[in-house]
Amino acid sequence: MKREKLRKIEGFMALSLSALAAFFGLFWLIFILGDVLVHGMKALNPSLFINDPAPAGVEGGGLRNAFIGHLMITSFATLIGVPVGVLGGTFLAEYARGRKIARVISILSDIMVSVPSIVIGTFIYALLVKPVGHFNGWAGAVALSIIMIPVVLRTTEDMLSLVPWTLREAAFALGAPYYKVIIQVVYRGAATGILTGILLSIARVAGETAPLMFTAFNNSFFSVNMKGPISSLTVTIFQYAMGPYENWHAQAWAASFVITIFILILTILGRLIIKWRYR
Amino acid sequence: MATTFKKNPGDLVFSIITGVASFSVIILIIGVLYVLISESSLSIGKFGIWKFLASTDWDPVKESFGALTNIYGTIITTFLSLIIAIPVAIGIAIFITEISPNFLKGPIGIAIELLAAIPSIIYGMWGLFTLSPIMSAYIEPFLKKITAHIPLIEILFKGTPMGIDILTASIILSIMIIPFTASISRDSFNLTPALVKESAYALGATKWEVVKNVVIPYSKLGVFGGIVLSLGRALGETMAVAFVLGNNHRIATSLLDAAATITVTLANEFAEADKDIYLSSLFYLALVLFVMSFITLAIAKIFLLRAERKYSR
Repeated sequence: MKREKLRKIEGFMALSLSALAAFFGLFWLIFILGDVLVHGMKALNPSLFINDPAPAGVEGGGLRNAFIGHLMITSFATLIGVPVGVLGGTFLAEYARGRKIARVISILSDIMVSVPSIVIGTFIYALLVKPVGHFNGWAGAVALSIIMIPVVLRTTEDMLSLVPWTLREAAFALGAPYYKVIIQVVYRGAATGILTGILLSIARVAGETAPLMFTAFNNSFFSVNMKGPISSLTVTIFQYAMGPYENWHAQAWAASFVITIFILILTILGRLIIKWRYR
Repeated sequence: MATTFKKNPGDLVFSIITGVASFSVIILIIGVLYVLISESSLSIGKFGIWKFLASTDWDPVKESFGALTNIYGTIITTFLSLIIAIPVAIGIAIFITEISPNFLKGPIGIAIELLAAIPSIIYGMWGLFTLSPIMSAYIEPFLKKITAHIPLIEILFKGTPMGIDILTASIILSIMIIPFTASISRDSFNLTPALVKESAYALGATKWEVVKNVVIPYSKLGVFGGIVLSLGRALGETMAVAFVLGNNHRIATSLLDAAATITVTLANEFAEADKDIYLSSLFYLALVLFVMSFITLAIAKIFLLRAERKYSR
């Protein structure tokens, strides 16, 4: 009798602890998000989007340069990373399907997804910044696209593998060559899945800071010249948060707010699409 | 199968284009390795391999560089964050798979995944402005007080509680990696066949005994893979720790000391390195980090692949 009671007590305690762990996790999420929301909302105002930064220490000013710069770097990264990723994933799931090389590349991409992004930053610095002699926006876009490629490649491979083989056979039976089957049948079947992968990969790189610090660097002036240093939200947040001025801190919170909301919306959208399409 | 399709010229072209795109991953990995080695060759030539790894010097003025303080900082913060994150993550996984009512499973799972989606710079800034003051005002003095008279442990909490230290950085890092471990553990737990669990219940086991003796042993490969994966992530995390670790090149024995990780050193010093040997040593550090995390991630992948093979049997 006593033993049974002990077992019950032990079980109750262990399960309570894991429930506590779950709420511990939720607690941080609410704490962090709440903090970003509260501080961010306070500092959010129209001048943030329409003005360029004021000289250091002077009140006012905005982050128009960082918003535009961030948008440009992320867009160009997407334009480079998405085609390479989608095409690479296509090769793995179609032409090299079942081959050893497909498996090797797929495993290496999984590893590349988690490789420290700051290492990619140093790599691109050596490749695209050092030879030119100055920081430039293209280097930032390329660095982000390198982080994007393995993510898009893996999701594309998975999504294409989900398209039933019989669908391809039906198209082959009509005499279509394989590339037409892929482009007109397989891509259509997997379009939502691939789109979701792209959305999530944009969400992934939009918040990256480390690879931009030595590539696109930062620029306190408005610039759309990708050949020169370009400001980005994340690097600006780093600089402003570490800086000594109160209004810099406030603007850093506001920038964090915008970027967090953007990424969370993309992430939730991606999850909703998966749920709607595949369940 | 695929070779039969190569007869069409369109297929030849398309397979070459897609092939080149997919080989870009291999080219990238070799390229990163090659570029990092060639950029750090100056430093490798001057300091060698073992001397660089074992030296605690980091002196840009005297141009003497060693990686040990950075490696030490990386390992200690990663280790501490794993100690905090593993129990919590497994607890979360147990809660989601075994305890929570069905209507809560989805929302909590999504919430944990959102935690993973928040950019690391937000964690870092939040750590600097919110967590660090709380740590220095309440938690660290409290820890100091209760450990003040315990020998050995007392050493861990020596020094002034500033909030910018190893402990704060590790806590932020642990919050960041909880989602990775939790979601992989949850997926592994979910793969335990209901039949096996029901058999244990039929023998009169309590819920906890089923988790402890059936679910966890059955899914340990996957859980372990998840833990190693988050270890790999924690090694390379930059912005979350850059704000709250200080950048202090020495072997700190107290958790309340500032320190430097490889990533923090790179983030703070890379753009400012003015001498060739300085920059080359920073590339050398990046190389060490790349090799460390690549090996860790490869081990994680091996475990996860083995787990996958086991479950699909």
